Amino acid sequence: MTEPVLKVSNYNVDFWVDGTWYPAAIDMNYEVMPGKTLAIVGESGSGKSSSSMGLMGLLASNARTSGTVEVKGIDMLSASPNTVRKFRGKEVAYIFQEPMTALNPVYTIGFQIVETLRVHFPMGPVAAKARAVELLTLVDIPNPAESFDKYPHQLSGGQKQRAMIAVALACDPALLIADEPTTALDVTVQAEILDLMRELRTKLNSGILLITHDMGVVADMADEILVMKDGVTVEHDTADNIFNRPKHPYTQQLLAAVPKLGSAPSRTAISSENARPVLSLKDVTIEYPKRGRQPAFQAAKNISFEIYPGEILGLVGESGSGKTTIGRASIGLLPIKEGSIEVSGIDLSSGSSKALREARSHTGMVFQDPASSLNPRLPIGESIGEPLFLAKVAKGEELAHRIEDLLDQVELPRSYRNRYPHELSGGQRQRVGIARALALNPDILIADEPTSALDVSIQARFLDLLQELQESLKFACLFISHDIAVVEILAHRIAVMQHGRLVEVGDRDQILRSPKDPYTQMLLAAVPVPDPAQQKLRREARNAARS
Amino acid sequence: MAKRNASVEVSTEKNENEIALRETEGLSQGQIIFRRFVRHKAAMISLIVLVSIILFAFTASGIHLGSEQNPITIPGWWHFSITDIDPEGAILATCNDGVTGCPTLDLVPSFIDGTGMQIGAHPWGTDQIGTDYFALVTRGAEQSIMVMLIVGLLGVFIGTVVGAVAGFFGGIVDAILMRVTDVFLVTPTIVIGAVIGFRFGNLGVVPLALMLGFFAWMGLARFVRIEFLTLREREFVDAARIAGASNRRIIFKHILPNAIGVIIVSGTLLMSGAILIETALSYLGFGVRAPDVSLGTLISQYQDSFSVSPWLFWWPGAFIVSIALCINFIGDGLRDAFDPRQKRRITLKDRLKARELKVKA
Repeated sequence: MTEPVLKVSNYNVDFWVDGTWYPAAIDMNYEVMPGKTLAIVGESGSGKSSSSMGLMGLLASNARTSGTVEVKGIDMLSASPNTVRKFRGKEVAYIFQEPMTALNPVYTIGFQIVETLRVHFPMGPVAAKARAVELLTLVDIPNPAESFDKYPHQLSGGQKQRAMIAVALACDPALLIADEPTTALDVTVQAEILDLMRELRTKLNSGILLITHDMGVVADMADEILVMKDGVTVEHDTADNIFNRPKHPYTQQLLAAVPKLGSAPSRTAISSENARPVLSLKDVTIEYPKRGRQPAFQAAKNISFEIYPGEILGLVGESGSGKTTIGRASIGLLPIKEGSIEVSGIDLSSGSSKALREARSHTGMVFQDPASSLNPRLPIGESIGEPLFLAKVAKGEELAHRIEDLLDQVELPRSYRNRYPHELSGGQRQRVGIARALALNPDILIADEPTSALDVSIQARFLDLLQELQESLKFACLFISHDIAVVEILAHRIAVMQHGRLVEVGDRDQILRSPKDPYTQMLLAAVPVPDPAQQKLRREARNAARS
Repeated sequence: MAKRNASVEVSTEKNENEIALRETEGLSQGQIIFRRFVRHKAAMISLIVLVSIILFAFTASGIHLGSEQNPITIPGWWHFSITDIDPEGAILATCNDGVTGCPTLDLVPSFIDGTGMQIGAHPWGTDQIGTDYFALVTRGAEQSIMVMLIVGLLGVFIGTVVGAVAGFFGGIVDAILMRVTDVFLVTPTIVIGAVIGFRFGNLGVVPLALMLGFFAWMGLARFVRIEFLTLREREFVDAARIAGASNRRIIFKHILPNAIGVIIVSGTLLMSGAILIETALSYLGFGVRAPDVSLGTLISQYQDSFSVSPWLFWWPGAFIVSIALCINFIGDGLRDAFDPRQKRRITLKDRLKARELKVKA
């Protein structure tokens, strides 16, 4: 019988906040076998990340841990700091969420791999370099020998994550702790990284502890699943049982909240024959001007589409495809180089401030990150009321009433108006964002990845709310997202972008069921589905299509 | 399913907030900041102490403005002025083996040392020739406070405006303003001060302070510019622009409150620095000119007599320390009032004292 690489028993993590120990993980018990993957899933704040950071003593000074964490039979929590340090990197390696911040920008990736190697093994620089190049080959980085001397900023997001994995694998660790390894990546890149991790698991026979909130990724990778809520393990079972026969109500609720590609009820397209479009783009080209030595960059080329009253157009694409650029240009935040954009019949391409002001009073925008889009020093009531105040629609007593109505509309208590953004949760902040965008009763709402910072169950509530509001207020909406499953729920029509070009526009069902463009097909194939059996079939089909 | 949960949660939220509903009256940013400042104990105490010091110093010595030729003077309530010399009084107050001019202030009641509580002719002592030190110190404090406030406020104002405009608009505006800042920066302060002192020193302390303030804003402008460069890229600036806010509103209402920490920290440093610059200039003979005094000149003038007549050092020193401390605490209070998030460090004692929060597993 094989020994587990990681055995966690009666493990607790607490955080000190204002004179009280708040538990982040309570009485956890699990084992990770070599060559197997245990996935810890849960929403933000469930303690999945802090419990795994605590395994190797990587928590901040206001945390404490108790219980036993045995790696190869040695308890990490009672071992001396020196012993734990020897285990870090050698026996237990971490892959972090953000490859951009986890790699040191002032050293080459080669240096960072060599550093790990030479800390743990008596190795000369030449031998270490040879081993590093070997590792870079293992993780499929193009031209490993040349990439050895590259700095992190010279690599793409996926390549950075590959380099990060190479650093983690440098010492053939027995256990790999992957904390949201693909959250910052595009779906197609995510599929490649997951393939790589699966391949390495069989090749090196390491155990993987996968921490993620993405049920699709879990379905793709995990053998066993542990579901956490508020620090408590609510369910621990095999992947098959969790997905097909979940016992705990929270697990059922979590699975129900995950948008599943191809499961939304069919939707009739809005008839658009007689109506005038609220937003129309004709051959729009947007260029970021030359900056120092960086040449000018065309972020969007020859984009044309229209949105009619009451219609939701989903704009999908990977990062860098120019979808946010289109959203920002539609509200006049970016100048247009060629072509024209009309909002409610007002031409934005002239760039005159009068036209802009006029157009903006017909437009609302919901931003990606609610933490950054609300002024941290402004109480939310003022943030919501600002468009009304500046458009001179209301002030004083009447403004206060309008703010209360808007808060009611997005189902937030009126007393929240004096709160600061940091006193609200992510989902509540995004509701504030909607309230502000709807303050002036806009004809069109531009939503730029409004759910990407939210947990699935909050995302589900947010999407419900957005749909209800859209049905009652009948505004048109440009919904920008990288998550095709979310777009499927909302959109009447879908537009797909790649490298600044519009690849395909069409009715939702046509795009999802019978995509014409090969890029759209690839994008749809890469989306992980939260169902292990179905995901296995999809993965095999994708690999077959690729080879 | 998700929808039902939402409504359940909202209704519980509503119940919880029944009490909170009483405070739903809409407060503006300014009102909330004011309330938070008033709640900051150290800042409020410091504000009271600083105002008392200012009132005390200004009323005791009177107000002296204008140049040497045409002084504008409002007399204070203290019966000695800085030019009155009282050698007999100094000799009467002899103590410690013949040191003249000891403080006559005695706060110890008679049942302890037998002399009884009294103020005496020269409560804070006199200098060697018999000038009343109470008059000198209150006059010095008045001059130093004026220099400090004028330099501080003017420096903060110019620095903030230049930094904000440069950082917000960027491009050519930024380049021009920053080159101007560089020109100001590379000129040594002491040389500028000497020229200013030589030209304006005889006009009294206010023109001197104004000119010093005009040359004290560069560091602050740079800090503010950097803050603006990062803050203007944040999404809430775009959100404000979409809401129809003008550039002026974005700068002052949206970005400036977020940069207030930097402004206050450098502003308080600037104010304490102003006292030192004024002292240095006075020491060189370009600042406040005799017979007029400032706290700085008092300390530098009597630095040799520390071992025999230490009170010549204590009183101006105590004023400088308490004024600087008050300014710093008020700055702290302002920064905390503007910053809705406050962090504090956790000590080992905190860790041991902490309560356990039991959660059912």
